[in-house]
Amino acid sequence: MTTEVKNLKGSSLARSKVQQQVINSLQKRHRQEKLFRGAGVTAVAISLLLVVLLFVNIFSKGLPAFWQHAIKVDIYFDPAVVQIAEKPVQQADESDNDFRQRDLEWRSSVGMINFNRLILDGLNKVIPDGQAHRRDLQRVVTSGERFAIRDMVINDPSVIGTTKSLYLLTDANIDVWLKGNIDRSLSDAQQQLSPKMREWVESLKAQGIIQNRFSFALFMNPDSRSSLASAGLAGAFMGSLYMMLVVIVLAIPMGVAAAIYLEEFAPKNKLTDLVEVNINNLAAVPSIVFGLLGASIFIGWFNLPMSAPVVGGLVLTLMTLPTVIIATRSTLKAIPPSIRQAALGLGASKSQAVFHHVLPLAIPGILTGSIIGVAQALGESAPLLLIGMKSFVASVPTSAMEQSTALPVQIYLWQGNELRNFFEARTSAAIIVLLALMLSLNSLAIWLRKRYEVRW
Amino acid sequence: MSESVAVNNAAKVKMTARDVKVFYGDNQAIHGIDMDIIENEVIAFIGPSGCGKSTFLRCLNRMNDTIDICRVTGEIALDGQNIYHPSLDVVQLRAQVGMVFQKPNPFPKSIYENIAYGPKLHGLASKKSDLDDIVESSLRRAGLWNEVKDRLSQPGTGLSGGQQQRLCIARSIAVSPEVILMDEPCSALDPIATSIIEELIDELKQNFTIVIVTHNMQQAARVSDRTAFFHLGNLIELGVTNDVFTNPKQKKTEDYITGRYG
Repeated sequence: MTTEVKNLKGSSLARSKVQQQVINSLQKRHRQEKLFRGAGVTAVAISLLLVVLLFVNIFSKGLPAFWQHAIKVDIYFDPAVVQIAEKPVQQADESDNDFRQRDLEWRSSVGMINFNRLILDGLNKVIPDGQAHRRDLQRVVTSGERFAIRDMVINDPSVIGTTKSLYLLTDANIDVWLKGNIDRSLSDAQQQLSPKMREWVESLKAQGIIQNRFSFALFMNPDSRSSLASAGLAGAFMGSLYMMLVVIVLAIPMGVAAAIYLEEFAPKNKLTDLVEVNINNLAAVPSIVFGLLGASIFIGWFNLPMSAPVVGGLVLTLMTLPTVIIATRSTLKAIPPSIRQAALGLGASKSQAVFHHVLPLAIPGILTGSIIGVAQALGESAPLLLIGMKSFVASVPTSAMEQSTALPVQIYLWQGNELRNFFEARTSAAIIVLLALMLSLNSLAIWLRKRYEVRW
Repeated sequence: MSESVAVNNAAKVKMTARDVKVFYGDNQAIHGIDMDIIENEVIAFIGPSGCGKSTFLRCLNRMNDTIDICRVTGEIALDGQNIYHPSLDVVQLRAQVGMVFQKPNPFPKSIYENIAYGPKLHGLASKKSDLDDIVESSLRRAGLWNEVKDRLSQPGTGLSGGQQQRLCIARSIAVSPEVILMDEPCSALDPIATSIIEELIDELKQNFTIVIVTHNMQQAARVSDRTAFFHLGNLIELGVTNDVFTNPKQKKTEDYITGRYG
């Protein structure tokens, strides 16, 4: 009995000592946990703050650029100025080539007409003392608008003799002035607008003749350097679109096929391991290196045109391939082997098991990976600089072989434009367009994943 | 030939294995097994984990082919034909020797599609109505028809575990195999589902030869005609189930079935 008590006592003593140790260590553990949580919350807060800052900055700068000042002018298509031959119509006995030749000649003859006269005549009606300051008057409407008027005539010669009320984009400097993007207290010598023009612009704005309107030019026009106010994203957008088509057509089928082969069919040996390691390496290669590679192979050897979306697409395909392969492989890996076994056990061949059962289950993952890869390619600019896609292109490409630039490169180009106070906003607007594209691609990926996800 | 292979002469031998050895890389998993499997019998493989019973089972329809490092030597014949012969098409073999796996693995498709996949694959039905017949009769034989006939278009993965396993059995009998291999078909199921499957096995043996791997010795005793005891890659004992359980010839078998190890 006594020994028992003693034992009990001893054990209870020992226990309380252990508990004391536990309590001591507990405090330390709690402290560590608190520290870690604090660090985590801080990290999340800082990154969120940075993202918010970025978005606030871009949107506050970029959103105003979606609206642009335009002046309402009544354009009289004066037959005395617009003297053109009848628009050619293809004759029954005329070959396509002959007609095209005739049409081209007619178009260039129309191009010779001084459409600026029509604009100036229209402006004279709203600016009474315009005639006295012809140099200033010339600069009110941005120079690209005369081509818009020319195109109206080319498209429909019946406008000649009529008067149309049009909103013409004002010069970029007028937009800058009206939006307050320039310090109005600067001396005349430092102002981009002459005192006369500033006076006109203020009064026209007050009369509602100059209005801040949604800028279709930003979306419909290609880049421009002579008529800055009409510089738009259409060229870069089409260039990016063609490149994405090339990437989608090449990178996704090739990447998915390569991944299926490597994951499902390739023998597991040294060679396969080597290929696998190198695909992972390829994913880590800086994108600008792909640009060099593209320049030397696609342009140097294959003689593909410089600055063409087809080359850009090929380069971006190289860059996207490893992403697609890795994403597809990890998706295939995640398909339970029991599905393959079930199919094989029924007498399906290896490829039947893969194509009937594994691949359909992997599709959401493959789509997600591919879209993320394409989105990555869409936002890539470095390799494009090396294959000439940073050149200034003033037309919208009509095929993947024509010279073009791309959205991210357009951002880079506009960012460097000399007319800072106009293009700073334009650049941010282009960034918003690019971000919107990226976000919609990513949402598409999420939607597809949710849509095709198989629940077990 | 060891006595474990000895077979009643009246019974027809369906599959034979002679000196089968299996290697995983440098590791030998099976050390030369001889066995005859008789037509329309239920033969159970028992033994402790890692004894090679599943590995041997998977040799019988060459599912081990899917493992790169796995190498099989010796001879396994189905109706006297070597199934490892280079000229034999493994697809044809697997149509003859079906398999049911440990975990129910229905395709994430409809119940109908699950059953119809095999027959479609092998071109067993030319018309939709033929296919419907195969689906119905397979589900009936698996005892699942009454439970699922109104929801054939619903996903097979939505069934309960036991139903899923019967679906998998129906799926494998839909291609009219001669032998069905079952790799611990009840290990993921509750006792009621297990007893249903066991009854099903009893019925199926009228038409099929069934090889079943099981961890559950009572199950082996209940469902099988003959039992093979595996240990460390060797076939220790093969005999009529009753004899193996009540009067084992080998000390190791006795130790295992009396629960000394395993």
